[in-house]
Amino acid sequence: MSMRLFVSRDAGAVAVGADEVALALEQAAAKRGVTVEIVRTGSRGMYWLEPLVEVATPQGRIAFGPVSETDVPSLLDALASNTPHLLRLGATDEIPWLKRQTRLTFARCGVIDPRSLDDYRAHGGYKGLERALSLGSDAILVEVTASGLRGRGGAGFPTGIKWKTVAQAKADRKFIVCNADEGDSGTFADRMIMEGDPFLVIEGMTTAGITVGATKGYIYIRSEYPHAVEAMNAAIKAAKRGGYLGDKIGGSTSSFDLEVRVGAGAYVCGEETSLLESLEGRRGLVRAKPPLPAHHGLFGKPTVINNVLSFAAIPFILAEGAKAYTDFGMGRSRGTMPIQLAGNIRHGGLFETAFGVTLGELVDDVGGGTFTGRPVRAVQVGGPLGAYFPRALFDTPFDYEAFAARDGLIGHGGIVVFDDSVDMRRQARFAMEFCAIESCGKCTPCRIGSTRGVETIEKIIRGERVSENLALVEDLCNTMKFGSLCALGGFTPYPVLSALKHFREDFAPIPTTLQAAE
Amino acid sequence: MTAVYEPWDETRGAEIIAEHAKQEGATLVILHALQEAFGYVPEAAIPMVAQALNLSRAEVHGVFTFYHDFRHKPAGRHVLKLCRAEACQAAGGDALAARAEAKLGVPLGNTTADDRVTLEPIYCLGLCATAPSAMLDGRLIGRLDEKRLDALVAEAQR
Repeated sequence: MSMRLFVSRDAGAVAVGADEVALALEQAAAKRGVTVEIVRTGSRGMYWLEPLVEVATPQGRIAFGPVSETDVPSLLDALASNTPHLLRLGATDEIPWLKRQTRLTFARCGVIDPRSLDDYRAHGGYKGLERALSLGSDAILVEVTASGLRGRGGAGFPTGIKWKTVAQAKADRKFIVCNADEGDSGTFADRMIMEGDPFLVIEGMTTAGITVGATKGYIYIRSEYPHAVEAMNAAIKAAKRGGYLGDKIGGSTSSFDLEVRVGAGAYVCGEETSLLESLEGRRGLVRAKPPLPAHHGLFGKPTVINNVLSFAAIPFILAEGAKAYTDFGMGRSRGTMPIQLAGNIRHGGLFETAFGVTLGELVDDVGGGTFTGRPVRAVQVGGPLGAYFPRALFDTPFDYEAFAARDGLIGHGGIVVFDDSVDMRRQARFAMEFCAIESCGKCTPCRIGSTRGVETIEKIIRGERVSENLALVEDLCNTMKFGSLCALGGFTPYPVLSALKHFREDFAPIPTTLQAAE
Repeated sequence: MTAVYEPWDETRGAEIIAEHAKQEGATLVILHALQEAFGYVPEAAIPMVAQALNLSRAEVHGVFTFYHDFRHKPAGRHVLKLCRAEACQAAGGDALAARAEAKLGVPLGNTTADDRVTLEPIYCLGLCATAPSAMLDGRLIGRLDEKRLDALVAEAQR
């Protein structure tokens, strides 16, 4: 007999033994004289079930997980005799956690072989680009603008407007830059899509290129993501061979080429102007804006710089039309958001859904509460620069404006869950410490403020003049918030102030009315 | 597996620099390539990079020192990186980092006296749903616990 099995090659799956499981499957099958083809896919995003093993059946894929090397013999037995197995999860598509999602961007992730252009095309890949080529620049801009897509890196700037600005700019050269410097803790959607569906990112960037008239693109990937670098490089090579990059892409008259550049461990390079400096080979010092990158970007030329997830949303919008995308969501947050559930969480992973789902649903219902089984006390949304939310704010809908109204941000869609053992003083201190480590040093509020912030919070932790120092931290946060050049210094106050506001009891005894001494 | 690096050699260094110097904005690309070959960026290479790219020594030195990745001397035989960002903190990473420091006898960011192990913090490996996580010489490890950490430390010390 012969079997087709699927095991993820996603870094998150590999980190918990997917390579060993794939190897064990291959060896055990060979020993039994069973022919197996093991397809190494991306991850489905259900990390508590990794390593997940899927088997192709006439009724669709059946999943097993989490599988360890020692489970392999019994798994093969069960497959051969079609008998039940303890780790059998049933049809993958019917797993409730997966079924309740709306996967527009991540539709193929975990399904296809990320090294195969043919597999990508067989699953609807490059349909968006084909339509884009037939539409032409102006009509593409209308579609992208109508979709309501906003920058998925965190700032939420309308993608259509950004593209239009670059399209209208006059220059001898223009660039497309993909920000894949996903440094926020609790986020891994960029990594997953680059590893699991890299052609999607290429297709999105190529579409941007033909829209604005750019012929060269760069993907700036952080060095902490070697698997993503490898996947993107392999996909670029395959796309070139297949005629989807280079001259006359897809048989058209347009040209577009792509190159991967690797960061070097600087968090601030996730800030777009710092990233451009880094790409140009300099220290990642933030640039003052204006001029905007759309006018004066990479090497001084008009540049579209978007996050991985923004580019990855484009092919669906063009293939299915703006309306199909904008039908999802709430308010001014249209479409879907790949949300990442992380930290101390039972069912951690990637959950793509329309905007509007509440924080509580995500943490309790989808995430299943904490991994440790203790009560959830705080969740940090949006990375190291995002606010800490208490349970009292779990009714907040996932929406750019709703989070902003509660002094938070959705950022790149990462949610880090903490149980009741968390000491919010330490988390506030860490926010300042991280800012001090990663500050590019160009502006004073960030460079000096973060260090003073660490010192002052340490005084509070030691119990020195607590109320005075708390007032000082709040004042300092205001200076950083309004005086910093970019989001690193400007948003570090979010975790600090939210910790102070919502978890005041950790910083000082609840103030009681003092009795006069006399 | 331990990474095998070439000893610093000026001719070889010049070759590597020349190979990448034509690219636009090549500084980081070259520094990465040098470190990949030699395990660190030798001091002597800085003026060579500057000359090849028509930059000042100070500019190249500035780039080299800005980024956490670049080393000015070789790391230990093994490099153990522990993720110290929030998702791993939430999952017990603080205690594991302290345990690793105690076992190896060096604080994060240092190399053991016998040059066997460099212990480093890393701010996010993107394995936040299988936290806490670590990386030993490029190999990723998720769902780290005391037992797994001890095994990693023992492996690194070998």
